[in-house]
Amino acid sequence: MQAQTDSLVVALDGPDDFAGFRQAARVLLALNVDPQALHWRWSDALSDQSAGDDLFAADAAGSLAGKALTPDMLDQLPCPPGQPLRLKAAQLGLLRNACCHSHPGRFALCYRWLWRVQQWPGLAGDALDGDWREIERMARAVGRDIHKMHAFVRFRPSRDAQGRELHIAWFEPDHFCVREAAGFFMRRFTSMRWVILTPQCSVHWDLEQLQFAAGGRAQDAPGPDAGESLWLAYYQSTFNPARLKEQAMLREMPRRYWKNLPEAQLISGLVAGARSRTGHMLEADALGEHA
Amino acid sequence: MQTLAKLQILADAAKYDASCASSGSKPRDSVGGKGMGSTEGMGICHSYTPDGRCVSLLKILLTNFCIFDCRYCINRKSSNVQRARFSAAEVVALTLDFYRRNCIEGLFLSSGIIQSSDYTMEQLVEVARCLREDHDFRGYIHLKTIPDASPELLAQAGRYADRLSINVELPTEQGLEQLAPEKNAAGIALAMHQVAEHIEVARQQTQDQQNGKLVSMPRQRQTARAAAPRYAPAGQSTQMIVGADSANDATILRTSSGLYTGQRLRRVYYSAFSPIPDASADLPLQAPPLIREHRLYQADWLMRFYGFSHAEITAPAAGGMLDLELDPKLAWALSQRQHFPVDLNRAPKQWLLRVPGLGVGSVQRLLAARMVRRLRLADLQQLRVATSKVLPFVELDDYHPPLGMLDSSSLRQQLLGKMQHGSTQRHHSGMQMPVLAQMALF
Ligand code: SF4
Repeated sequence: MQAQTDSLVVALDGPDDFAGFRQAARVLLALNVDPQALHWRWSDALSDQSAGDDLFAADAAGSLAGKALTPDMLDQLPCPPGQPLRLKAAQLGLLRNACCHSHPGRFALCYRWLWRVQQWPGLAGDALDGDWREIERMARAVGRDIHKMHAFVRFRPSRDAQGRELHIAWFEPDHFCVREAAGFFMRRFTSMRWVILTPQCSVHWDLEQLQFAAGGRAQDAPGPDAGESLWLAYYQSTFNPARLKEQAMLREMPRRYWKNLPEAQLISGLVAGARSRTGHMLEADALGEHA
Repeated sequence: MQTLAKLQILADAAKYDASCASSGSKPRDSVGGKGMGSTEGMGICHSYTPDGRCVSLLKILLTNFCIFDCRYCINRKSSNVQRARFSAAEVVALTLDFYRRNCIEGLFLSSGIIQSSDYTMEQLVEVARCLREDHDFRGYIHLKTIPDASPELLAQAGRYADRLSINVELPTEQGLEQLAPEKNAAGIALAMHQVAEHIEVARQQTQDQQNGKLVSMPRQRQTARAAAPRYAPAGQSTQMIVGADSANDATILRTSSGLYTGQRLRRVYYSAFSPIPDASADLPLQAPPLIREHRLYQADWLMRFYGFSHAEITAPAAGGMLDLELDPKLAWALSQRQHFPVDLNRAPKQWLLRVPGLGVGSVQRLLAARMVRRLRLADLQQLRVATSKVLPFVELDDYHPPLGMLDSSSLRQQLLGKMQHGSTQRHHSGMQMPVLAQMALF
């Protein structure tokens, strides 16, 4: 069956609904639906802000709103027998990550590449294909976001309604990576109750399962506690003023993360003091004050 | 003294140690355990300080009291610094608290030598034991071992720690004699050797067990396999101070190469000698340029991942010193122009790896793409590599370096002009992509 409609809208469950995308793409590929005929949409089930960033929302709203198909419905379509696409597991992983990117065209791009691979299987191995490189770049950005989340989430101790210890963190990722990132915290802090709040989505570990819920606000997380001052003292003391390399720090810890990192408030003071402190040390040595 | 004040002193005293990594251990997590912690291969840098270094571990000394008098060290006996000492319990509590906040991957514990080498080592081991046994801590532990400590203590340390390190301190024996008279090169080498042997034995046992050679009970039908003893699964590392004595880069890299092949060390760290407060009078007043340290790391990287030998890297180095203006791979290629240009469509992998500006990842992509088609100039642009560095040294179907370019005496100047200063290789990037080989149905 060729796509009979001029265009088809696929409605995914959420901005990071890779499973839905995969399921829909499988069917659409079997039907050989041209990527140009497809519009991908998703609801922001976990958040009250609507998906206003959908590239196609504007033109889709009027003409196609009633025709959106969900991946489940697609599954019901009579599907001609076809060879399923074979991908390397690593490629699948990259597609999964790319689909969590905040770029509104991510699903369209991934589908277009899959469709092209289906037309010409040799393309699957072309690591330098333009679409594939773009997918890789998106996946890398998401991977980096996940990694930075693993690194920069800072838990603060608090109590839940029952008075039990609960660690709470506030974090602002760039992409829709909370689900992908959550497993790490579960494996690391298995015997600790914790919550990570982000603007889009929050995740709660209750010692038994991960629960995802709507996003939160920064003020829902606790403020600095007494123990945190030890961490700040450590950060301050481990800095070597004789080796100031601000650019190297900024490359790995861009400013946009600073506002949620307690230690980042110390940076400007440390930098300002560094040059003069180093100067004093050398001067003192030259004068033989250490002798 | 309050914990806070001790922490300030004992973290400050440990900051001159360059090792920070928390990677390379066996994957584990805390599912099913009573404590917490995990390691998932690549370590995580939880923060960065304005000196560009990452904070991955709580790096502290148990104490900065020391009975030795190593000239380059801020903790030496004759140094006039404030002293402090943590109890094992205090270090354990700090580690657990920082870990719970997700500020660190674990602990890097070192110490000045107090009473005796064995006494000091016992204290270090006790911290690791308490974390592992009393708190079921599954995060990363790196212990700095004391060179003269008894073999039994080294054996214990390796059972609790992910990584052990013993600093060689200086690139030559003479340097060590001059600046650390109480230490001796032979003792350090012996301790390293013992650790290397323990690691090898444990590795062998794990392997035998995987191959089913070890049977724990004879005549038992279902052989329950005991877990192989783990010994410092993330291996052994060391640190060398650069610029405190007169050793040149060729000497330093020869020493490193010997440590990688002879003692099978996992990492050698280079620490540009840092002017320390209250320095000893026979030390240079000026720090060596940090770029020298950076070039050494680049050269070290070429030895570990690009198949270069130390002698090749330092062959073009004038006076045994690496070029500060050019990265060592580019400097090497400029001195070996007869091997270039390399045909990117035909040359074997090891030659692609020798092209300046092409990293391991780029080479992998080029190899994958050329399995299915011919490579063209546009592909290099897709890779987003520093083409000004790459182009003089490669050929493609639709690109050949201009005639005479490679032989031109001004090539170095041209490259310097085009290259942005500071285009550098990163020592470690925290990110990893899952590399899984099997196929999946989409
Ligand atoms: S033994 Fe270690 S702590 Fe003591 S002076 Fe020497 S380098 Fe410093």
